[in-house]
Amino acid sequence: MSKIEIKNFNLYYTNFHALKDININIEDRRITTIIGPSGCGKSTLLRSINRINDITEGVRTSGEINIYGENIYDNRTNVDTLRRNVGMVFQRPNPFPISIYENVAFGLRVNRISSNKNVINEIIEKSLKAVLLWDSIKDKLRKSALSLTLEEQQRLCIARVIAVAPHIILLDEPCSSLDPVAIRKIEELMIQLKDRYTIIIVTHNMQQAARVSNDTAFMLFGELIEFDRTEKIFTNPSKKETEDYVSGRFG
Amino acid sequence: MGKIVDTVVEKIVFLCGILSVIFVILIFGFLFIESFAFFKNFGILKFIFGRYWCPNSEPVLFGIFSLLMGSFFVTLGACLIAVPVGVMTALYISEVVNKSVRDILKFLVELMAAIPSVVIGFIGMIILVPCVRKLFNIPTGLTAFSGSVMLAFMAMPTIVTISEDAIRSVPWQYREGALALGATKWQTVRRIVLKTARPAIIAAIMLGIGRVIGETMTVMMITGNSSRIPHSIFEPVRTMTAVIAAEMGETVNGSMHYRALFSIGLMLFLITFTINFVADLFLGKNKNK
Repeated sequence: MSKIEIKNFNLYYTNFHALKDININIEDRRITTIIGPSGCGKSTLLRSINRINDITEGVRTSGEINIYGENIYDNRTNVDTLRRNVGMVFQRPNPFPISIYENVAFGLRVNRISSNKNVINEIIEKSLKAVLLWDSIKDKLRKSALSLTLEEQQRLCIARVIAVAPHIILLDEPCSSLDPVAIRKIEELMIQLKDRYTIIIVTHNMQQAARVSNDTAFMLFGELIEFDRTEKIFTNPSKKETEDYVSGRFG
Repeated sequence: MGKIVDTVVEKIVFLCGILSVIFVILIFGFLFIESFAFFKNFGILKFIFGRYWCPNSEPVLFGIFSLLMGSFFVTLGACLIAVPVGVMTALYISEVVNKSVRDILKFLVELMAAIPSVVIGFIGMIILVPCVRKLFNIPTGLTAFSGSVMLAFMAMPTIVTISEDAIRSVPWQYREGALALGATKWQTVRRIVLKTARPAIIAAIMLGIGRVIGETMTVMMITGNSSRIPHSIFEPVRTMTAVIAAEMGETVNGSMHYRALFSIGLMLFLITFTINFVADLFLGKNKNK
């Protein structure tokens, strides 16, 4: 059974039909990228998977998104638990203006994962190691997270997500504010994380999609045009629009 | 031609800008000169810690300790009411209600600031004072508590508007980040939003307090004007501002009494100056982040 099953999903911003009848099955422990030109709805689709869209005024949805067979748009869904299980990393690194330590501890505290200091310390160390940040910052955990470089901040944001042990990690153009060296490192990190998490990345960078992902979805004007293995999308797409886009004819 | 206009306008703007600075310095200098003469004559410690304010007795006593306590009790009471209510109002306006209700509420809160203090005093006298007397079963309703309640209304607009701006200027990404980690709305507000906005909220509170300490008309009307050292908030008090307003008219220019009132003015000036200065420090801290 696939992990995330999106069925006839529609989303409206007040009167604007942003996502049109999306159907897609995303599998476990793979990296899936969503590509497409600006405004095609790729971020909106990603933000629907942890229902962070709920906080935007005027959003309505129809259809289903099933995660392990459970429809997250069901009224009985606990949105806070959902968001704990489906972590999200945003376009601009958004560490809280508190210490590095407290940034990672935040998720543990709000989800009441543990109040034992040793356990918290252990999880923080493990999470920061997972994003390869531990060695460089282990002596300055009490410093403000805003003192880190952008790349480090983005790593910290990923560590913060990992700390609450989600099953799925959503990344919304996670590299768009980083320089090429930092992008390379974050991409390596994503590939490493693939063994433990199901990862979905929205990107406007086609090379990035080709480098890191197993599967690629191509969206255009709120519709899912094509979804397939990444190689196939980039070498032999079945739809004309996909071919035009990946060969750089528009977008 | 345009250049001349430019220069003239520039000079006028400069003059206006420098004028307010000059006025502050002049006022401070004037207060200081009058007070200094008084301190030399009467003694600064006897002034601040003296228990009795009896300008017409023999020998005259100019101890402002009871007045300091009066101002302190009224201000403390007003803060205890205005701070929690004000900050929660700000939270409600910025976090809970939708945009149209928010605009109406903000407008109403700002309107509160426009109520003249004599009207607030009047309403307090007619409505609150009798209630306080009956409710707490005390000989008079003209107490520090009554003053606190009405002054809380005057401090609230400042606290609410500045806090609300601070809360809403917390970047949206912080909220998104917190919610995306599974935090509830309340956890997000408490642990991230309020924490980030804290310096500005403290500044808002300070500015509110500054307003309360300097307020004269309302306290004169409803706090009882009794210059004894109060033992609880339910006793009549006299504040520093009320003394100046009540007695300045009847003093002889240049007399000891006259200078004593100026010395109270200097104390008030120093207190509000310190409070505003601290508030500025907090506001500056917030901006640098």
